[in-house]
Amino acid sequence: MVPSSTAIVVPGLSARLPLLGDLFAYHFMVNAFLAGTLIALTAAPVGYFLVLRGQSFVGHALSHVGFAGAAAAVLLGISPVLGLLAVGVVGALGIGTLGGSSPRLGIANDIAVGTVLAFSLSLGLFFIRLSSSYAANVYGFLFGTILGISDQSLRLIAVLSVVTLVLIGLVARPLLFASVDPSVAAARGVPVRALSYVFLVLLAVAVAEAVQVVGVLLIFALLVTPAATAQQITARPGRAVALATALALVVTWAGLAVAYYSAYPVGFFVTTFAFGVYLLTRGARSVWMRGRRQPSARRVGAVG
Amino acid sequence: MADRPIRVAPPAGPEDLAAGCRPAAAHHPATAPVVTFEHAGVSLGGRALWSDVDLRIWPGEFVAILGPNGAGKSTLLKAILGLVPLSTGRIVLMGESVLRGSPTIGYLPQRRSFDVDTRIRGRDLVELGLNGTRWGLPIPGVRRLWGGAATARDEARRVAEVIDLVDAAPYADRAIGELSGGEQQRLLIAQALVTRPRLLLLDEPLDGLDLNSQHAVSALIHRISDEFGVAVLLVAHDVNAILPYLDRVVYIARGQVVTGTPEECMTEETLSRLYDTPIEILHTRDGRIVVVGQPEGVAYHHHADGAGHGAF
Repeated sequence: MVPSSTAIVVPGLSARLPLLGDLFAYHFMVNAFLAGTLIALTAAPVGYFLVLRGQSFVGHALSHVGFAGAAAAVLLGISPVLGLLAVGVVGALGIGTLGGSSPRLGIANDIAVGTVLAFSLSLGLFFIRLSSSYAANVYGFLFGTILGISDQSLRLIAVLSVVTLVLIGLVARPLLFASVDPSVAAARGVPVRALSYVFLVLLAVAVAEAVQVVGVLLIFALLVTPAATAQQITARPGRAVALATALALVVTWAGLAVAYYSAYPVGFFVTTFAFGVYLLTRGARSVWMRGRRQPSARRVGAVG
Repeated sequence: MADRPIRVAPPAGPEDLAAGCRPAAAHHPATAPVVTFEHAGVSLGGRALWSDVDLRIWPGEFVAILGPNGAGKSTLLKAILGLVPLSTGRIVLMGESVLRGSPTIGYLPQRRSFDVDTRIRGRDLVELGLNGTRWGLPIPGVRRLWGGAATARDEARRVAEVIDLVDAAPYADRAIGELSGGEQQRLLIAQALVTRPRLLLLDEPLDGLDLNSQHAVSALIHRISDEFGVAVLLVAHDVNAILPYLDRVVYIARGQVVTGTPEECMTEETLSRLYDTPIEILHTRDGRIVVVGQPEGVAYHHHADGAGHGAF
């Protein structure tokens, strides 16, 4: 999909950099940037709650469930995104029923989620084999198809993003309360169980969107990594969401731009940049924590 | 009946259980009780957990709920919160029927500490106690139109006030998971207090704290009930740390509820009968009581040395 003239490795990258304007010379790149932006804006706040609730693995499972849905949609000749969305939402409600209202799922639920995850992936494989379609379809689901976003898909992504963001805004505070302190939230009248369903459905929608950028297998890159990085940096909810959003936007834009000027896939760059930033903040934080602990350790030592 | 916040049922053996534990006198005849249990009972899975309970809790009272495991101590708190339905009778909360989500109750559930990786500040947790039930998000600029900015300032001030009240200001801006059990417990008490409740329900707030923190948190709870007239109902594992501050104890055992002042109620005879195991009560030279042999307090008493008991 990338024009062959740009398929030059590192030397081509530096030669092309002054011409950032031609990033948008092709319609598919404009669509890719618009879709990537909308998806990053949605994935980051949803990812914030996902990480806070300790449900990252559920996000991963939902992408695999969605994969089966997308493959089934191809088999039926309808839009894969719709299949991704519909089956993802059903999967979210199923996981909600299995997992109960507790945000931090136990080992039994971990196993249930993992089992469903593996089965979904195999089901997707089966559907794709049935439809005897081109293997590139599988590749696209697994690793993202951001460079092939149609105008119609873009409109769907825009609608989904706006609806998801508005809903997240509406439930933000009760959801935060229910996520960190479920028993007190329930005592104060917050519908903890209903909110856990609402959140899983929002998550399914965000997953269906993000799969189009980074694919089923790299879903963590947009959903979990920016939010986890932001939570390393700040413990304030508002700032963490803002920071996660900024990070998701930057890694998406940078991934698209670098992929455009190189021969390598977008998903790889988005994931690598997100992971790089995460590693850097983890490292910086552990150094900072050690620096803060040292004085008190010395004080204890002096007393003893 | 208004003068008798005690009732023991079923009639078959009340005298037995109440022996040595006389009805408490009316504490505040001029004021209305914060909570009234009227013949209240709770059944779980067809089995009556406790039944026919008549109990009054008065403003500013510090009451401990004691009893063996599974007697329904936590359920008593949950019934007041409206989280557990009554099978018989009713509970009246400040003149009204119990309704789930009442901001007039501050609640501290029984819990383990927060996960180390819970990345949210103590201050945010306290603030959620105030506005965590509110839908929607304040949009900067728009909220100014109907005085939202003033509300936000007022809320931030109230959050800061309760954090100061529990002396948690030095660490309120750190992530809750990084704090010690005692520090977390202070912030959670602040969260329970931020709506300015009339009633504080604390489910084993001293559980898992070291001895020093147990005494500090007990003193803090006493100060709150004293200064603000908040009625405190505290479920306790081990009564010794709170004993110096208690106005009254409520014992739940074998489906029955007995109440009285610690002096009236905490006799070796009554306690041994309630817990169905020999219990010894020691009177220290300065007139304090230490309970020994209470089944749930075993770990504490075995580990506590002379210095630990000397704190009473």
